[in-house]
Amino acid sequence: MADKKNIQYDDKEPVISIRDLKKSFGTLNVLNGIDVDIFKGENLAVLGRSGSGKSVLIKIISGLLKPDSGMVKVLGQEVDKISTAALQQLRLKIGFSFQSSALYDSMSVSENLAFPLVRNRRNLSTKEVNAAIESVLNDVGLSQTINQMPSELSGGQKKRIGIARTLILQPEIMLYDEPTAGLDPITCIEINNLIVKVQQQYNTSSIIITHDLTCAKTTANRVAMILDGKFLTTGSFEEVFNTEDVAVRTFYDYNFINSK
Amino acid sequence: MEPEMEIPVTTKPEKFVVSKNADSFFSGIYNVYVFIGRFFKEVFSRPFEFKEVINQCYQVGYKSLPLVSLTGFITGIVFTKQSRPSLSNFGASSWLPSLISIAIIRALAPLVTALIAAGKVGSNMGAELGSMKVTEQIDAMEVSATNPFKFLVVTRVLAITFMLPVLVLYTGFIGMIGAYLNIHANELTSFTAFFKSAFGTISFLDIFSSIFKATVYGFTIGVAGCYQGFYAQNGTQGVGRAANLAVVLSMFLIFLEEMVIVQFVNAIR
Repeated sequence: MADKKNIQYDDKEPVISIRDLKKSFGTLNVLNGIDVDIFKGENLAVLGRSGSGKSVLIKIISGLLKPDSGMVKVLGQEVDKISTAALQQLRLKIGFSFQSSALYDSMSVSENLAFPLVRNRRNLSTKEVNAAIESVLNDVGLSQTINQMPSELSGGQKKRIGIARTLILQPEIMLYDEPTAGLDPITCIEINNLIVKVQQQYNTSSIIITHDLTCAKTTANRVAMILDGKFLTTGSFEEVFNTEDVAVRTFYDYNFINSK
Repeated sequence: MEPEMEIPVTTKPEKFVVSKNADSFFSGIYNVYVFIGRFFKEVFSRPFEFKEVINQCYQVGYKSLPLVSLTGFITGIVFTKQSRPSLSNFGASSWLPSLISIAIIRALAPLVTALIAAGKVGSNMGAELGSMKVTEQIDAMEVSATNPFKFLVVTRVLAITFMLPVLVLYTGFIGMIGAYLNIHANELTSFTAFFKSAFGTISFLDIFSSIFKATVYGFTIGVAGCYQGFYAQNGTQGVGRAANLAVVLSMFLIFLEEMVIVQFVNAIR
């Protein structure tokens, strides 16, 4: 199993900086003042129950949702305040791996991978595009699927192709939305290893949204626990769960009992 | 026993301007207005998606040919058969080609083709975009720095707006062929005599108004289908609802537009 990178936090400028972030949907307040910094090369796992606003957080970071208030700075730019053109440029540096994989089901694997590349690097030749496709497919270990359609892939393969599609643009930041949800334990380990490999090989900073403690423990340098729309606690996996806080203990025990 | 965890939910009271349904209705109209405004903004801005427009024209136009051919042909035959007895009663069977051509070119071809397109193309747009929406494919496109509105909506609306007039002219031609075959079988009218009589009564305004109507209907089908699909919600149920609403809304608006355009054309005739 690959080891996650050691991160030195001294004198580092955060690549993602969030202050007092609030977001509500109708009458439901989902995020109630999130504060966090994510540093270069770091993996941060955000843990919490379904419906606790974890996915909303990364959708705001990628500009898919607008915050009600607060500041979200990504690579030095406030995502909700920059122009559409600037946001498009910023998105080239952010990879988003969706919970559902979100592969374009009318396109083959190679067309899925080529899509972001040919649209954003219009000067690339067909040969260069094909080389990039081969390279990312090798990185996720699925070279043999190049001509397959998404409907022919397993859940784990879809996740990996989804990650490959984001890697083809060589992002600086990776956002993973429930990367191991709905997968068998062996495939979960493969995905966890891939997340660590991406961190090392592409030197990405990542936010991993999950409720899978094994995923958080394996892939993250830091863990944040979200409760009542706020980060209840942040630190290493051991620091966060070596606590007497009832909510954190309950979440830990619940995962432990379920995994037995 | 598994420990219980409550999802913390903070709520604030709901407020409506008039009522929930009225607010929803007026905000829906406003959203369609914004959607159309965005279409006209995006259609003239770079990068232009020529390749995808051509691809959609193929999907919308070429793949609809078998259905509109059959429908146009049957419409021509049936309308001729239904009209013959009435004209024969007045000894006016020789007017049949003129009557048929006026009916097909002015009304039947645009309306029948538009209704077929609403059912086939509109529902397809609603279902396809709706499915892409609920499976996060549209979000995936957006985060990979591609404008999904331009790539998915603008191209589809343009394709159906361009292709429907072509399909209408084609349906009109096929309908006339159907009518000719029926008249030839019963009255032994020659091909030349039929078309001379048929086109003698058709003016430029008739053809222009048909093309104009088809353009308006095409735009309506495109906007209704794409709007419903692009904002689909609630999983597979939402996809079905989007496809259904795309057809119902398109057909309703087509009949409304038909009424307005016919009044307008008759006023300037």
